[in-house]
Amino acid sequence: MPAIASKQYSDDVSLLVLLLDTNPLFWSTTSITFSQFLSHVLAFLNAVLGLNQLNQVVVIATGYSSCDYIYDSSLTSNHGNFESNGTGMPAIFGSLLKKLEEFVTKDEELSKEEVSEDRIPSCLLSGSLSMALCYIQRVFRSGHLHPQPRILCLQGSPDGPEQYVAVMNSIFSAQRLMVPIDSCYIGVQNSAFLQQASYITGGVHHTPKQLDGLFQYLTTIFATDLHSRGFVQLPKPIGVDFRASCFCHKKTIDMGYICSVCLSIFCEHHKKCSTCGSVFGQSKLDDASSASDKKRKAPST
Amino acid sequence: MAGGGQVEKRVKYKSSVKDPGTPGFLRIREGMLLFVPNDPKSDSKLKVLTQNIKSQKNTKEGSNKPPWLNLTNKLGKSHIFEFENYPDMHACRDFITKALAICEEEPNKSAVSTSSEQLSIKELELRFKLLRENSELQRLHKQFVESKVLTEDEFWATRKKLLGKDSIRKSKQQVGLKSMMVSGIKPSTDGRTNRVTFNLTPEIIFQIFAEKPAVRQAFINYVPSKMTEKDFWTKYFRAEYLYSTKNTAVAAAEAAEDEELAVFLKPDEILARETRQKIRRVDPTLDMEADQGDDYTHLMDHGIQRDGTMDVVEPQNDQFRRSLLQDLNRHAAVVLEGRSIDVESEDTRIVAEALTRVKQVSKADGETTKDANLERLERMSRLAGMEDLQAPQNFPLAPLSIKDPRDYFESQQGNVLNVPRGAKGLKRNVHEAYGLLKESILEIRATGLSDPLIRPEVSFEVFSSLTRTISTAKNIIGKNPRESILDRLPKSTKDEVLHHWTSIQELLRHFWSSYPITTTYLHTKVMLLQFPNLPIPELAIFIDS
Repeated sequence: MPAIASKQYSDDVSLLVLLLDTNPLFWSTTSITFSQFLSHVLAFLNAVLGLNQLNQVVVIATGYSSCDYIYDSSLTSNHGNFESNGTGMPAIFGSLLKKLEEFVTKDEELSKEEVSEDRIPSCLLSGSLSMALCYIQRVFRSGHLHPQPRILCLQGSPDGPEQYVAVMNSIFSAQRLMVPIDSCYIGVQNSAFLQQASYITGGVHHTPKQLDGLFQYLTTIFATDLHSRGFVQLPKPIGVDFRASCFCHKKTIDMGYICSVCLSIFCEHHKKCSTCGSVFGQSKLDDASSASDKKRKAPST
Repeated sequence: MAGGGQVEKRVKYKSSVKDPGTPGFLRIREGMLLFVPNDPKSDSKLKVLTQNIKSQKNTKEGSNKPPWLNLTNKLGKSHIFEFENYPDMHACRDFITKALAICEEEPNKSAVSTSSEQLSIKELELRFKLLRENSELQRLHKQFVESKVLTEDEFWATRKKLLGKDSIRKSKQQVGLKSMMVSGIKPSTDGRTNRVTFNLTPEIIFQIFAEKPAVRQAFINYVPSKMTEKDFWTKYFRAEYLYSTKNTAVAAAEAAEDEELAVFLKPDEILARETRQKIRRVDPTLDMEADQGDDYTHLMDHGIQRDGTMDVVEPQNDQFRRSLLQDLNRHAAVVLEGRSIDVESEDTRIVAEALTRVKQVSKADGETTKDANLERLERMSRLAGMEDLQAPQNFPLAPLSIKDPRDYFESQQGNVLNVPRGAKGLKRNVHEAYGLLKESILEIRATGLSDPLIRPEVSFEVFSSLTRTISTAKNIIGKNPRESILDRLPKSTKDEVLHHWTSIQELLRHFWSSYPITTTYLHTKVMLLQFPNLPIPELAIFIDS
């Protein structure tokens, strides 16, 4: 990266890490096609890059079985000698699309191996969040002058409860790094992970109702940099879905048992905690029910 | 004079002292008092039932005042009757006294038959105080008790804790001893003659007896058999004077002469004995260094001399010395003990005897029996074990269990129960889906971004919906998402809502405590509680928007 004079550095320089959902099982069931979706997203990325000369954009594709970096605006190899086929495609995104295609092929290969498992058709959010955070960490260590990073998660696939722990760990790391996670959910069900992520890290969560106006949603809400968020009102969700998933079956639960040593969540009573190995004492509920059983037995005999 | 149950006199009725008085007749019958004015047109006719009369006052015969009888009724109003002469007034007064006495018996009987909880004035005062201090409680009280939904007793029944705590606070506080050394008093000197005057107060006497048990014992022994109290104290202060001069030779000489004086000059044997016992009873596993300072008998070379000089003392006169530190320590010990007796008497002898009794009791408690001693020794040897002399102990080792962190991550992949789908079916779906995806990507590469990217009407719709969302969210949640809706209301409405809530809580508490309904009283109570007239606060204006 060429050296930048500090005078040019203003408050609103931002680094946007976009997590793009490329889960084929989701995209085969939506009203909007993937190509339309991509054009909205690419135009949005252009807009973000246009807001400030020093803005950076990184795109990470979240696939069904893998994730990968697809685009980094700070790499100079993007520009120049790329064959634009005389189409309306801006040359700047030529490499993005090429890489995306390669990624999808690779993802397909990987998914063929593990298809025997039954699971909710979710995308690998935990993986892409971790990759984003690693990139941001590297940016933080690059020097004094760096853009303010944030993560934008564009997702439509439902949550995979088996990823609960990993996703929560990433969210807490993001909170530590003070990186807000914005989320734009375009799917049908509600995503508890994304709501919690935005709530905890101080980002914005929104569920657009009209998908053909996606570009408008993106530029109005998600293009604002962190400095401007201090005085720009963004739509806030009224409630947050705080449900967790249990550690034993990966089911989403509202009420369960918690180990008092390591705070692992279980949906049913266990003798021992599987995470930390501590032995649980007998619960009061068990005592009460056994006592009432004894009571009921006596008169009947 | 009327006989039997009736008295009738000519009087003047005055409603206040300054009133000139309306002339008329006063007829007193059993249970009632009737005043009829002479002038039928005046309206000061008065009828007072004897039960309502609280008290009566009258002017004395010897004074120059006219004969007045002042009756105060229970509401605080007073009626003054001016009689023609004193005998008349006395007759009426006696009659009323008799009537009042009869009346008083009755309310006592009726009071016993009513509620068994007789409220003392103290409790009433407490209740009023609580109501005054806590405005919320007062509001609840006004709302329920005065509208007869709940009775007083029921209201306070759930608040016993509030009433109870206050009464505990009122318990008497014990006054401790002064930390100033009153016993080391300086006398007042008469400049001209060689006389010194000591002022003795009971407080000082108490301190002297508490700090110096030998003096106390001497007092009990000598007074009043051998000498008077005055002589005793004179001797005591002579001894004090001798101490302060630090002239041990003179002290020794005088001690040899006067037997009683010697008692004061010698070191306090009783105290020494007590201290020795205490030292013996001390657990040696504790720090012994701290006890050195307590040793009364051997305190010599350290401590502050009263006048800063260090003089050499002959061994036989050693016992006639006393140091400031000894006095201070003894005084401090006594102050920390506190007042061990409750007797507050002027009589010195009583105080002395009481103190002795207390000391004897405590001594008896403290005396250790043989068994206790043995047990103590055993415990000492157990606690003061010397580690390097003991046998080697092989404790069973518990191995550290450090789990492999990889287990944690792998367990997260764990069993997943989902809606099962046919594996083959899934494979096909996946393959198809990937195919579609790839097609889309190729399409966009070929055609580029869609043109127009977004239709203006759609854009406008999105804008307006977003604006609406933001503005309504701001009204509902406010700038701070963690702010509750209650904080958005103006203060008075918020208070009303909260009061409404507390009154509902109160009603519910009483309602559910009445179940199961076993008596008619509970039944009526439940009926009353079901339909209270609660004013519902005006919230309508805030819901809309």
